[in-house]
Amino acid sequence: MSDKQQNQEDKFLAPENRKHTVIGPEGEEIHVDPLNDYFCQDLPKVEAPYKGVLEKFLNWARSESLWVLAYGTGCGSIELPPLFSPRFDAYRFGVMMRPTPRQSGVLIISGYLAVKTLKRVIRSYEQMQNPKYVIALGSCTINGGMYWDSYNTINRLDHYLPVDVYIAGCMPRPEAILSGFNKLKERIKSGNAEGANEYVENLEWYRTNQKKVIKDWNMPPYNW
Amino acid sequence: MNIFLKIVFVLLGLFIVLNWGLIMTGIIRKIMARAGMRRGIKVYQPYINLIKNYSIRSQLTHGVMFYLGPVFRLSGGVGIFLFMPLIFGSDYWSNFSFTGDLILISYFMFFGMLGMALGAGEGGHPYSGIGISRGLAQFTAIEVPFSLAVIALAIQYHTLSISEIVAAQQGGIMHWTLFTNPLATIAAMLSFLGAMGHSPFNVVMAPQENPIGPPTEYHGTFLGVLQTNRAILHVVEAVLYMNLFFGGAGNWGVLILKSFLIYFWAVFVGMVFPRFRVDQSIPWLLKIPLVFGILAIVLLMIK
Amino acid sequence: MKDIIDHLKKRFPVYEIGEGPNGVIFMSVEAAKLVPMLTSLKANHGYGILVILSAVDWLEEYKFQLTYIVNNPEEKSDLGIRVFIKREDATMDSVHRLWEHAATFQREIKEMFGINFPGSPRVDEPFLLEGWDNLPPMRRDFDTKQYSEDTYFPRPGRETNDPAEYMKQKLYPDE
Repeated sequence: MSDKQQNQEDKFLAPENRKHTVIGPEGEEIHVDPLNDYFCQDLPKVEAPYKGVLEKFLNWARSESLWVLAYGTGCGSIELPPLFSPRFDAYRFGVMMRPTPRQSGVLIISGYLAVKTLKRVIRSYEQMQNPKYVIALGSCTINGGMYWDSYNTINRLDHYLPVDVYIAGCMPRPEAILSGFNKLKERIKSGNAEGANEYVENLEWYRTNQKKVIKDWNMPPYNW
Repeated sequence: MNIFLKIVFVLLGLFIVLNWGLIMTGIIRKIMARAGMRRGIKVYQPYINLIKNYSIRSQLTHGVMFYLGPVFRLSGGVGIFLFMPLIFGSDYWSNFSFTGDLILISYFMFFGMLGMALGAGEGGHPYSGIGISRGLAQFTAIEVPFSLAVIALAIQYHTLSISEIVAAQQGGIMHWTLFTNPLATIAAMLSFLGAMGHSPFNVVMAPQENPIGPPTEYHGTFLGVLQTNRAILHVVEAVLYMNLFFGGAGNWGVLILKSFLIYFWAVFVGMVFPRFRVDQSIPWLLKIPLVFGILAIVLLMIK
Repeated sequence: MKDIIDHLKKRFPVYEIGEGPNGVIFMSVEAAKLVPMLTSLKANHGYGILVILSAVDWLEEYKFQLTYIVNNPEEKSDLGIRVFIKREDATMDSVHRLWEHAATFQREIKEMFGINFPGSPRVDEPFLLEGWDNLPPMRRDFDTKQYSEDTYFPRPGRETNDPAEYMKQKLYPDE
């Protein structure tokens, strides 16, 4: 990374994340470089899937048990609680809401993405483990939707994150979301849903797009 | 008996108990869903969750201590199983039980929670410490009435071996500890609610409380091991209670039926009551079940 | 209501008193006398609730207008006060010592319009737009559509579906 880029990114670092010196309990000086000491600087690798019947079986298991990160990014997340009420009951499809990105496999981007939310979504997405899938709800993720000429919302989601299934509507009804889940299941079973590997392969391109809109980038090279 | 044959039967028993635990979890969740007027999950859904968790492709670790959480939990669950006589009167299915195994099993019940504390503290989550201290404090309060009930049983039957306690309960329903020592049974059954991790004592393990609880950073294979342990632990704890208070089992059918009904008691209470906060549950646990336990011991002393 | 307005007309330089929507009386006052007038309204006449503080950009006349709406909960009446300030280096006195939540309104106006309120707590921190380095976006000389087309990728094919254009192209393709 060039010096000018480094200085620009350092401008937004929190003060406790810059290099500083700490005085120990016996008066000795300890030089701390938090970015290198506390954060892992490796980039992720492409995890190739298995072949043949084993991968088919594992894909069937992954599709029948979809754990969704309970994160309502936009206004479409008001259609998610009705999904778990007795009328539409998404539990029988294997869909469950989990509170942490470590344990979930699906991220639902519901509606418009402001730039502020995009930074947090990137952080959550990169903390999820391979294999992971993204469902994009609503027309704001397809081409900007109602907020196409806004100064603060992004227009095309697939330039920032790899998307598996788009569900059109403003907002899609719970029946539409259930049919979207079925489409995601078919895609997983056919072996095409390798969004995590695509993200790792094209990380440079995604990062360029993300850094173009997120002007106060203060996150590590990859958010493990 | 030949040691190798014994090991084969132990592994076979573990396999049966694991499968029964996973299916029982599925059936219980289905019943809970139907009580809430939903269709409910598939009965074999816990298997699919396990396969999905074990087949994760990339995984993180936070250091060596991070592995200890699930490993200690699983060793706690399997440890209880190894020393538990399953079927009364059968030399094949008695695992490695010996005289005095009641104390060892009580130790193993607490052992798993301690391992969870070590692992979750290493997890890198800044508020895991709060979750762990809540969980351990509540679990200590749960163990107190159970220990009092165990002491009452030991005084009553003059033995610490589970096989002999089961043997003393044969000969009809009226010989069960449920009817010969009802106070100890009530104390133990009330502490059973807490040990199963259902409402009203599930502040540690509930998904909504997850971000501040122990299993936040555990994913993939770690979570698979935790889930496997949970399936085994539910069944063997129900079998322990069955052996101590409800007369033991003569064959596998009776074991499956009784363990289901005992576990159902925890679910039955859990469906109706909301969750306790820890500062409400510990005073309750140290009031009512403790009084029953102390009364049980005092009555036996008087006799 | 009438005697409050007479009272205010005697003490402060108010002008342009008129009736706005929903029967709320709006008046304009000079910028230097705004804070004494709001203090007097809050302390003496019972207008203790600041409902909203917002800004309007009069680009043609090259000034900003700030609107304060205060509410009297006992008599259930609203009063709207307008202030005009110049557009370059726009600054205004802060009212956060009268109403604490005015600090949030002022922070938002500073970010969206560029009007500075010196002394208001946390007025320089970004509110909604983190790392913004362009014109304050609510000003009328900031072209939102152009900015959106430059920064975010517009999906090609967002064309008009005007039926007249469509028929014209279909029937007379050469013109």
